[in-house]
Amino acid sequence: MFPELNNLLNISPDRAEQGKLTLLCDAKTDGSFLVHHFLSFYLRANCKVCFLALVQSFSHYNIVGQKLGVSLTVARERGQLVFLEGLKSSMDVFFQAHKEPHPLQFLREVNAGNLQPLFEFVREALKPVDNREPAWRCPVLLVDDLSLLLSLGVGAVAVLDFVHYCRATVCCEFKGNVVALVHDSGDGEDEENDILLNGLSHQSHLILRTEGLSTGFCRDVHGQLKILWRRPSQPTAQRDRSLIYQYKIQDKNVSFFAKGMSPAVL
Amino acid sequence: MAAEATCGAGAGSTGSLAAAVGMSNVTSFQRRGPRVGGADSGGPRLMSIAGTRPSVRNGQLLVSTGLPALDQLLGGGLAVGTVLLIEEDKYNTYSPLLFKYFLAEGIINGHTVLVASAKEDPAVILQELPAPLLDDSRKQELDEDIYNHKTPESNSKMKIAWRYQLLPKMEAGPVSSSRFGHYYDASKRIPQELIEASKWHGFFLPEKISSTLKEEPGSLTPGYIKLLQFIQNIIYEEGFDGSNPQKKQKNILRIGIQSLGSPLWGDDIFCTENCDNSHSLTKFLYILRGLLRTSLSVCIITMPTHLTQNKAVIARVTNLSDTVVGLESFIGSERETNPLYKDYHGLIHIRQIPRLNNLICDESDVKDLAFKLKRKLFTIE
Repeated sequence: MFPELNNLLNISPDRAEQGKLTLLCDAKTDGSFLVHHFLSFYLRANCKVCFLALVQSFSHYNIVGQKLGVSLTVARERGQLVFLEGLKSSMDVFFQAHKEPHPLQFLREVNAGNLQPLFEFVREALKPVDNREPAWRCPVLLVDDLSLLLSLGVGAVAVLDFVHYCRATVCCEFKGNVVALVHDSGDGEDEENDILLNGLSHQSHLILRTEGLSTGFCRDVHGQLKILWRRPSQPTAQRDRSLIYQYKIQDKNVSFFAKGMSPAVL
Repeated sequence: MAAEATCGAGAGSTGSLAAAVGMSNVTSFQRRGPRVGGADSGGPRLMSIAGTRPSVRNGQLLVSTGLPALDQLLGGGLAVGTVLLIEEDKYNTYSPLLFKYFLAEGIINGHTVLVASAKEDPAVILQELPAPLLDDSRKQELDEDIYNHKTPESNSKMKIAWRYQLLPKMEAGPVSSSRFGHYYDASKRIPQELIEASKWHGFFLPEKISSTLKEEPGSLTPGYIKLLQFIQNIIYEEGFDGSNPQKKQKNILRIGIQSLGSPLWGDDIFCTENCDNSHSLTKFLYILRGLLRTSLSVCIITMPTHLTQNKAVIARVTNLSDTVVGLESFIGSERETNPLYKDYHGLIHIRQIPRLNNLICDESDVKDLAFKLKRKLFTIE
């Protein structure tokens, strides 16, 4: 969790909003630090988190999580975190013939496109339980990342349907949040990815877009973050605020500063 | 030659630094080891594998690419459990060299080597590996190494080593203290005895695929399915997944896959504009990544990415690999005659460096460098 980012977004673990879809998007850079931010943020906020981690192994997320002050192992044991490790499960699905439906069942299918098992998994994980267990605040679905599903042969429309179902269930029914990362290929070559990105941009309440610097690699500025709120109820003066910040990723933190105001320059 | 010496010395000093840090931080490394789980489940015993060292930054176990200058650019080396993707140069002149350096480094360190190709017989590829450049002290270390590993064969090894005494000293100073990464002599072949002594597996697609013509009801190209099953078999049978730790000395599996995605693999991803099974390659990479992350193995893939104009495929493939290095040779391009590049043979682009257990990655300051192939050495400047 990066306090500076919380300040920019005007949120804190004590008062997390509910029913929102947050889209994380990265172009020509790596936006995974945002995933780590929201993972540690919601774990701190005492939310029940379902994390579809398709890109890296559990140990990677765990070690980074520890640097940010949360332990995924403990959270998983307490039942706060439901972790789907895509890399490991994909091997199980691929090498062993399963009879029972697996969340990543689509890997085996010739015409992949059925994300229903994955949705059932999410729904089962975030379903409100009886009052015996410690009550977590709101359920949160976190996906890293949706573009990978396209690479695994799922169509863009199927992914959009999946997100829509998740939004209907998690955001509306359970009063929770959905956070998803999508890569932006940038130049419009990857049509499916563009469909996905545009579709999601249309649905989401908050878009965090990271971009690499157009001028190339820089030692002190790693990229810029664009924050876009899509809340029509706000007065226009506030809505039209230009929110572009540059950031530098450090070992355990990310520092944000206004454009061109890097401490290294001043 | 001076440039090589400094470059080599640089690599050497970082190597010894890493070793020193590793020593002083032994406790923290041990503490972290078991928690890392999966790929790093070996804990402190990992320190004993030849040709590896822990990363200074994130405690990952690193192996050399076989080109110390490249190791340096990639933040010390390749982390075990990751994929290095080499984008082939246009006429495929220089990428096989990097491929062979990687394999030769494995042979020298006694790693198990797995070569997969659809074009050349793996046995032939192994015969053509370049010979390492060793100096006296390194040669002794190598001898000791082999002596420790396999006593009965040490006699023949001694003989090989004797031969190198006649070689002029190529590197001086601290390089000899670091056994991590060697330079290779591209003009000489690796000694036959070393290959015979090493453990290797070959996957030659025409041999594997001809016997079984029936297609399995999967979504992958048959060649990819076969290769994945082959790799999985070896990982499980030889214990690279760390399932039975007491069985024997842990070792690294080096996997080399040549020209993945080329038409010879039965994949039309680089041939047609809109192909039906365009997800074969990306799925293969994903499952391969899963295999690697749960085992003590490291993989190099060369891919003819210049064959396609479809940037979407390249972007997806890049996202699915850990380290990506692009080669661009000057052969046939207008840069060949550009006086700026007259000393070099091509450019090397570092396109992606993985972020492992970390928010940031070891990025070097420059991402585009020139390389040249001297009579013996491949140098990056």
